[in-house]
Amino acid sequence: MNIIITISITAFLVLYAGLFKANKALLPLTVVGLLTALGFTFYAWDGNAVHYGMMQTDNFALAFSAVCIVGTSLIFLLTQNYFHAKSDNIAEYYTLILFSLAGMIMMVSYKNMAMLFVGLEIMSVSLYILAGIRKKDFASNEASLKYFLMGAFSTGFLLFGITLIYGATGSFDLDKIQAYLVSNPQTISPIFYPGVILMMIGLSFKVGAAPFHFWTPDVYEGSPSLITTFMSTVVKTAGFAAFLRLFAGAFAPLHDFWVVPLIVIVCLTLFIGNVTALFQKNFKRMLAYSSISHAGYLLFSLIVLSKNSESSVLVYASAYTFASIIAFAVLILVKQKTGSDHFESFNGLGKKNPLVALCLTVAMLSLAGIPLTAGFIGKYLMFLNVMGEYQTLLVAFAILNALVGFYYYFKVIVAMWFKDGAEVELATPAQYKVVLIISVAITIILGVYPAIILNLI
Amino acid sequence: MEQLLLLIFLPLIGAIITAFTGKSAKIISTVFAVASLGLALVIAFTFIPDASTQFEANLPWIADLGIRFHAGIDGISLLVVLLTNLLVPIIILSSYNHEYKNPAAFYALILFMQSGLLLVFTAMDAFLFYIGWEAALIPIYFICAVWGGKDRIRINMKFFVYTIAGSLFMLMGIIYLYLQNTAHNFDLQTLYSLNLNPTQQGWIFWAFFIAFAIKMPIFPFHTWQPDTYTSAPTPGTMLLSGIMLKMGIYGLIRWLLPIVPQGVQEWGNLVIILSIIGIVYASLIAFTQKDAKRLVAYSSIAHVGLISAGIFALNQQGMQGAMVQMLSHGINVVGLFYVLDIIFSRVKTNKIEELGGIAKTAPQLAIVFLIIVLGTVALPGTNGFIGEFLLLLGVYNYSIWAAAVAGLTIIFGAVYMLRMYQNVMLGQTNSLTITFTDIKGTEKLVLYTICVLIIVLGVYPKPLLHLTEASVQHLLEQVNQKLKQ
Repeated sequence: MNIIITISITAFLVLYAGLFKANKALLPLTVVGLLTALGFTFYAWDGNAVHYGMMQTDNFALAFSAVCIVGTSLIFLLTQNYFHAKSDNIAEYYTLILFSLAGMIMMVSYKNMAMLFVGLEIMSVSLYILAGIRKKDFASNEASLKYFLMGAFSTGFLLFGITLIYGATGSFDLDKIQAYLVSNPQTISPIFYPGVILMMIGLSFKVGAAPFHFWTPDVYEGSPSLITTFMSTVVKTAGFAAFLRLFAGAFAPLHDFWVVPLIVIVCLTLFIGNVTALFQKNFKRMLAYSSISHAGYLLFSLIVLSKNSESSVLVYASAYTFASIIAFAVLILVKQKTGSDHFESFNGLGKKNPLVALCLTVAMLSLAGIPLTAGFIGKYLMFLNVMGEYQTLLVAFAILNALVGFYYYFKVIVAMWFKDGAEVELATPAQYKVVLIISVAITIILGVYPAIILNLI
Repeated sequence: MEQLLLLIFLPLIGAIITAFTGKSAKIISTVFAVASLGLALVIAFTFIPDASTQFEANLPWIADLGIRFHAGIDGISLLVVLLTNLLVPIIILSSYNHEYKNPAAFYALILFMQSGLLLVFTAMDAFLFYIGWEAALIPIYFICAVWGGKDRIRINMKFFVYTIAGSLFMLMGIIYLYLQNTAHNFDLQTLYSLNLNPTQQGWIFWAFFIAFAIKMPIFPFHTWQPDTYTSAPTPGTMLLSGIMLKMGIYGLIRWLLPIVPQGVQEWGNLVIILSIIGIVYASLIAFTQKDAKRLVAYSSIAHVGLISAGIFALNQQGMQGAMVQMLSHGINVVGLFYVLDIIFSRVKTNKIEELGGIAKTAPQLAIVFLIIVLGTVALPGTNGFIGEFLLLLGVYNYSIWAAAVAGLTIIFGAVYMLRMYQNVMLGQTNSLTITFTDIKGTEKLVLYTICVLIIVLGVYPKPLLHLTEASVQHLLEQVNQKLKQ
């Protein structure tokens, strides 16, 4: 609860600071606010407090809150010169991102489905505006409109689902829904099943899983890169936490029923994400499709529900978040310098910018899942989880997809180190370096010694 | 335990230090490589030649997943550890001829790879083995793709995807084994004591075998090899052929045979047939090669084919032969590639037809090259002879016919290697080779060391055989015992 309050107050303070044109104070203020919120997550650790029956700050919620807050802080550090160059209303960007974060904290800690809906909407509405924040830019407008229409559409599915489940169980509360399923295994109301499916569709839209992924590439490509970073990392993590809280928690007794459509979604997501990413010439679009494929790997955790499902998602989502932040940060730098986000603009980057290129290489290795990076541990946990029920074919399918992944992630590495290019020297601000180094450090530490977050939840 | 940890991590520390040096990277990396060799020799001399695992390090790593940092050295490991730490300084010294751009990165990657290789050769935990397996791959990919020759990007992508495909299925096999044992760990001894039914063993066999077969490579998984060997910079080729392919062989002996003996028994015949096909096929292709580097690459496939046939014969002679031949092949192939590199650095070609008469202008090179070639074609009195003889004996005990066909490798090898030698070194000098200068400095040092090793190991191989004998015997007993159950 303290976390949400802190973040919201920070958001308002930032708004007022903007009103008084204190642009220099925005970033320090935000970072202090976020660090305070992070402090509260540590403070509340092991507390398992329930707030008014609506939210439960168990360790699962706190761990994901922490990942979201750290991710958002890093993204804020990347804002230097980014928004400033583009608009006067910087405070509004900050505020919207903060509100969106507050929504996400609700999404990872809800105990009541009404809270899920409220959190999701607070997050999404902020994002609709952020996607279209470049008022004069055609692509940005298109992204915003597409995102809004698709988002509203998917929220519809989610609400229908919630309604049907309420109709069947008479409650929004996750524990009561689970208790209903456990106590009436034979006489579950027939409207409960479509409710589950509708909610699955709604959440699949939000996390960008196929076949509900069509909005992702266009929105990711059209939005300002920094907002894309935010959407494809932190927002996605929160979406998965919400997914997991519902399906691994309340709906767990019905696992046999919903696992079949889930496997279909997983296979489609992996296949479409990877194969389409292979053909992209644009780095940003490639990342968008690769984010779809990562959604597929993340959903692996739900195919077999075990005590490790939650920590697997935590590891995978952190690995993916920090690697993607590196990728997007470098993309922003390259685009500022060359004006293009095609693979060709990365040619020869390693010669003049060894640090940046090295960081991006680590990020790509992590996304591809090479040992000693966090991405490998994430993939390993997912495969381990599914092998637990000997779904060997599914793992073999995922491995083939991972192979395709190697190919397109290495395209960037090949361009940076092995190809000759214009040898541009990037202007890398100190804050970017800080973000890159922190993210690389997290990626490698999690890869070498994942025990530090494995038994958190 | 401390020695072992130092052995594994010394090259890694060296890599990190080397990465931050500029022009002096060559010297610093040499110092670390030589220090590692010294350490390996100390370990070899304090090693008690029985079947036990010594210098064991067993530390908790990722406790929640049952992963431990468990490594140790027995006779089988010791041999490949020695090979690795012997060849890395030789390889680094052999690169003194060239000025590679960005030397700090180049030498740091070599040392990083050394750490990965040592991890593979000492790991007693399947997960640790896998980590080392990949940690050795990434640096060599960068070495080959950054400093390689023409078309290096496409060739190395093929190499990388090939090997990683193999290792991902191996990972699947490892996870399966992990889930099968009730203790839920990756420990070698636990995996040895698993009782899998024949169907399971068959699947696990293929999951592991394909990874190893790609690495070695065994026919028909070899298609990446000639291109990669040819396009890689010479130190890269040496690392690949001298040490990296031994990862595959070592994997067969350490992980495949004892864990799934019934799988090996069921599919071993097929593997021996594939190996023998590979021997004949690679030899025939080697005949037709115009490029000496490519010829050596194909000859390597033939030699490896014989080694794998010897292993799958499942007897003491074959296995011992494989052990000795791993070392001999590593030394000889590095020598061959180095000589070709010396020739290339002087006349800018390795085309057999364009060369000739080098013996006249460079007599010392001619002598050392001859010794290395004779070692490669397994002349009695050289190191190659001991290995190939034992291997053929092993295959003979398995089947006379297999040995008859596999024996062709020696005849074929002699023909194409000696013909290559004749065309390159003997005959009339031409406009290219007339100005050829003889070997000097580090070239002499490296080549003389290699020649001494070839002859000493050929004349007096006993200490080497003694080192591995007990471990090999123990391993075979374990396999046979499991087969009887």
